[in-house]
Amino acid sequence: MNKYYLGIDLGSTTSKAVIINEKDEIIGRGITNTRANYKVAADIAREEAIYDARFTLLSNIIKADMEAKPEFKKYMEDIRTVFQYRQFKRRMDMLEAKLNETAGAFLYNNKETILVKLKQIIETIRPQIRHEFINGGLGSKNQFFRDIVSERYNAEVTKAGREYFEPLMLAFDKSITPVENEMVQYNFKELVLESMKILEEKYKGLADEQEDGSKEDWYYAEMNAVRNNYKNVEMSLREHIEVVADHDIHIAKMVGTGYGRALLPFPEDCIKSEILCHAFGAHAIFPNTRTVLDIGGQDTKAIQVDSHGLVTSFHMNDRCAAGCGRYLGYIADEFGISLNELGPEAVSAKRETTICSTCTVFAGAEVKELLHNGEERANILAGLHKAIVQRAMSLIARSGGVKNEFTFTGGVARNQAVLKYVKQMVTDSYGELTMNIHTDSIFMGALGGAMFARRNISVDLPAPDAKKVKSEN
Amino acid sequence: MEAQKEKSMILQKEMISSLFNELAKAKETGKKVCYTFIPGNLSELIRTFDMLPVYPEINALQSAMRKKSASYIKEAERNAHSEDVCTYVKCDVGMMMKGNIGPTGEKIPEPDILLLSYTGCFTFMKWFETLKRSYPNAEVIMIHTPYQENAKMTPEMTEYMVRQLKLEVIPKMEKVTGIKYDEAKLKRHLELAKEAEDWIARIFETTKHRPSPIDAYFAGVYYIGPINIGFRGTQQAIDYYKELYNEIQERIRLGLGPITPEGEMKEEKYRLVVEGPPNWTSFREFWKIFYDMGAVIVASSYTKVGGVYDLGWRHDPERPLESLAEYCMNCYTNLNIPQRIDLLSKCITEFEADGYVTNSIKSCNSFSAGQLGMMREIEDRLEIPVGFIESDLVDPRYFSYSNIKNRLESFFQMLEQRKRIESNASV
Repeated sequence: MNKYYLGIDLGSTTSKAVIINEKDEIIGRGITNTRANYKVAADIAREEAIYDARFTLLSNIIKADMEAKPEFKKYMEDIRTVFQYRQFKRRMDMLEAKLNETAGAFLYNNKETILVKLKQIIETIRPQIRHEFINGGLGSKNQFFRDIVSERYNAEVTKAGREYFEPLMLAFDKSITPVENEMVQYNFKELVLESMKILEEKYKGLADEQEDGSKEDWYYAEMNAVRNNYKNVEMSLREHIEVVADHDIHIAKMVGTGYGRALLPFPEDCIKSEILCHAFGAHAIFPNTRTVLDIGGQDTKAIQVDSHGLVTSFHMNDRCAAGCGRYLGYIADEFGISLNELGPEAVSAKRETTICSTCTVFAGAEVKELLHNGEERANILAGLHKAIVQRAMSLIARSGGVKNEFTFTGGVARNQAVLKYVKQMVTDSYGELTMNIHTDSIFMGALGGAMFARRNISVDLPAPDAKKVKSEN
Repeated sequence: MEAQKEKSMILQKEMISSLFNELAKAKETGKKVCYTFIPGNLSELIRTFDMLPVYPEINALQSAMRKKSASYIKEAERNAHSEDVCTYVKCDVGMMMKGNIGPTGEKIPEPDILLLSYTGCFTFMKWFETLKRSYPNAEVIMIHTPYQENAKMTPEMTEYMVRQLKLEVIPKMEKVTGIKYDEAKLKRHLELAKEAEDWIARIFETTKHRPSPIDAYFAGVYYIGPINIGFRGTQQAIDYYKELYNEIQERIRLGLGPITPEGEMKEEKYRLVVEGPPNWTSFREFWKIFYDMGAVIVASSYTKVGGVYDLGWRHDPERPLESLAEYCMNCYTNLNIPQRIDLLSKCITEFEADGYVTNSIKSCNSFSAGQLGMMREIEDRLEIPVGFIESDLVDPRYFSYSNIKNRLESFFQMLEQRKRIESNASV
């Protein structure tokens, strides 16, 4: 039987799970922004990682076809996002019911109209979102259920008129968290088959797209290939789906890390510090890493590692949120835009407005003043991003500076503007050196945890056990 | 769990309460009261003039351990002391404003003398300036203590300080107390001081044993109590340290680890050297994080604030004023940064420490300045794992239990990893 190892990183903003195989290869990733309960967050992230692992297994089986035939590659990409749509839809159904229940209990005089408005909003946003998942690849954009819905819901609420604003927002605020925090089990096979049906409709309905030169050549090649040959892919998948769906993803050992680690129902020896896990994960992906900067939701860590990936020293900020992901979250709220929009807009700025970075809340006040004085939003955003990175740089300096190679991890590493300033400032202060950023940067802690699980070098574990597992490996 | 009480602990308690009793009765007995600070304290000279010492920092840390510092600090801040001012100062000032009730519940008498014999901490000067306003009748005595910038005490520096002792300190003490300076008496106190210093040095050397019989930080701060609060230069101090030393010898003989508030530490897993003062408001919780992990502190810089005796320096009855001068210049925070690094490195090497932890204190410039650089240098020189935590002396608002625990947990896991790698390598 194949053995798999699970690492769970319970962060302050998101919880991440990574499953690796016996060769330390990542086969599954899961992430959730559920915050209410770490046990549920861990379960949701793990389940997500298991679905993801099944897709990886499926892709491995048809690897040769995926490499040789464009239709296989395109189909697998599409089915992932449609699969996510099906998951989304189940939760959306729950949200709709919850919204009606919440609004139904309101004591407003115009309750009936509110319910009608609610229905209209849901009927408007549902097909929008479906379309974006199936045709726009929304599933691959790393957005959480809450973000996807709230962005569109809020836009519709604004259109609905001022008198409905408060009750409609209240209904959403009261309904979203319980729905988000609910563990939903999906049947992998069922969802794949449903997704295949949706894809069939999609491909059937595809007209010949004119090659107007607006897209790369491979795009037309893939689209045409999949339109003409999707039946072959379907047949192949039907052949393997049973095996993959029934495959026992046996978790031989797991390690929990992150802020919520002490709350995990894991034995003590399966809980590890996030400092060690982040360093180990980053080092696994980039073995020459010597300095790791991790900017997470509520803390920023600068870690120095040796050639084995072991931590030699670290520094973290835990006094102030200015310099962490939450700073960005707060700023996004101040501007009323989503977290994902921050980076791109900041990158488009002509210059960076100087903003004091000592306090998140006061930066909020400063932002209002700047907007009032007519400063452009993009410039302010750029200034805010720069401020965060300046904080991180001072932390790095305290931890002993940047040594070659430098790896940047954590959820904030996904933000293009932060990335831009990190590159700029690291180069300015420490010269040209290799800088590593990975698409899985947010998963580094969970990856490190899974790798510790596989090595079984958990703290306090009696030596004989360690040997036993080693020989089994 | 009930803390284990050894004879030395009872002795110490008696000594402290006798001092506070004497202070409470100072008005009746006519004894003069001298407020002074631990670093560079001229205990023997104070005794020569039959005065009673009061140590504001000790009062502040005692208030913190009794959970009273928050209200004292609030009182001081209400009276325009800024948030950034040293919290020892604010705690002391607040205590004074609220009636100057000391740790034993008795009122601490007003000072007749405010003696500042160590100027390395700028805050000390400002502190006494503040007190002077409240006690306008007190005589202020300030001696300038040259910093060991070039890592040594030169004859000129000593002479400069002796001159201040002769021209400023002694005449003023004579004036206030009406007692004539008696050098023979001072010499006797210095002789006793020297002996107590020998004992304390021996005591802190016992951490070279495995397991270490004592914790040189969390218990160490109690051990330095008697010599730091005015008993240096008395037979009582010698008796206390002899008793303590014998108790420790017994622990070594039995192979016992240090005593913690929850009984004996069963397994010594990590040996650490700690730089910086402890946090006093959550002292027990702070200590518990360490002993729960099996970590024992084999040396600490804070236990050297009242005198650095590791390197052989002692009070010398043959050179009474000169040795008082040298004592002031030789306190830990008056050493330059390379000297501190050398001293801590020596502790790490001699006591075979596995790691080095810095507790950076928000409101203490004397300790915090240079701490990061020292840590980096020690890390590079000795290739030892280092950890950095942040808290405060007596302001409970700056002790975040979960954040400190989180950092220390990471640090201990780092040590564990390192140990495993090293033990694998040696196999």
